[in-house]
Amino acid sequence: MALARSENMEPESLPGMDSLPVDSDVDTPGPRHRSIHLHPGFVVLVMLGGCFGALARYGLSITLPVPGGWPLPTLLINVCGAFALGALLEGLSRRGPDLGWSRFVRLLVGTGFMGAFTTYSTLAVDAMHLFDADRPVAALTYVALSIVGGVAAALFGIWVGAKYHRFVAARNRRVLAITGKESK
Amino acid sequence: MTVLLLALAGGVGAGLRFIVDGLVRARARTALPVGTILINVSGSLCLGLLTGLVAGHYTDSSWGLVLGVGLLGGYTTFSTASFETVRLIQSRRTWFAVVNSLGTVLACVLAATAGFALTLL
Repeated sequence: MALARSENMEPESLPGMDSLPVDSDVDTPGPRHRSIHLHPGFVVLVMLGGCFGALARYGLSITLPVPGGWPLPTLLINVCGAFALGALLEGLSRRGPDLGWSRFVRLLVGTGFMGAFTTYSTLAVDAMHLFDADRPVAALTYVALSIVGGVAAALFGIWVGAKYHRFVAARNRRVLAITGKESK
Repeated sequence: MTVLLLALAGGVGAGLRFIVDGLVRARARTALPVGTILINVSGSLCLGLLTGLVAGHYTDSSWGLVLGVGLLGGYTTFSTASFETVRLIQSRRTWFAVVNSLGTVLACVLAATAGFALTLL
């Protein structure tokens, strides 16, 4: 299994490739060599996810309660988003290299949706308002819960993503073992 | 209509974040995620400024929704910042993780306050 994988990682060698001259243009920046953040298609993908992420955040922020002027919606949105991003990125990175379908999902759901769903600027301004209203304890509690909660949620998300990947891999091995026996 | 503009602005903000992060990442020579830090601090500064403008009735509150909740909310991100802190912890760069989490939140609150204060001048 490991051997087959490493063989797949090798670049394909085409017949007659060795006889071709070295391409001197290979390092010049062109459309093929552009980084993904400068690729219009990928930017549009992130923007599309971002539209829905911002909309979802706005919807939740006007629905969830704000107890005593304490910004609970932003805290919940940020912590849930950190969990989801952790699970998504860990699951995708364990699936294989960041190419094709994996990259599509990462940019649309991760960078686009989750990135725009969660927000740092509102957190900063909410904390500023609480400090400004002479509520330093409320402000510090809010900031501390956001930071600790965000890191804990991302960590938990990464754990869930890894667990899910192992579960799927084990199931695939079982299926492979069964179909392998049947073919003999 | 405002909600539609808010969603579109959120998309623009997310696209902007993707490009800025990529440009900074290509030039940065540190394990610290300076792209995300720069994005969150600059976005907080702008939201502080916008909040001050809306509070002082210099601009309409629907602009506050479209540009504040939409554009700047989509531009700045909390999930990526938290995720990057965990990655720093996992790679045993504890001090970078502390700087990334506490440093960013401190810088963002100060930036938002500075932006707000600019409108009071």
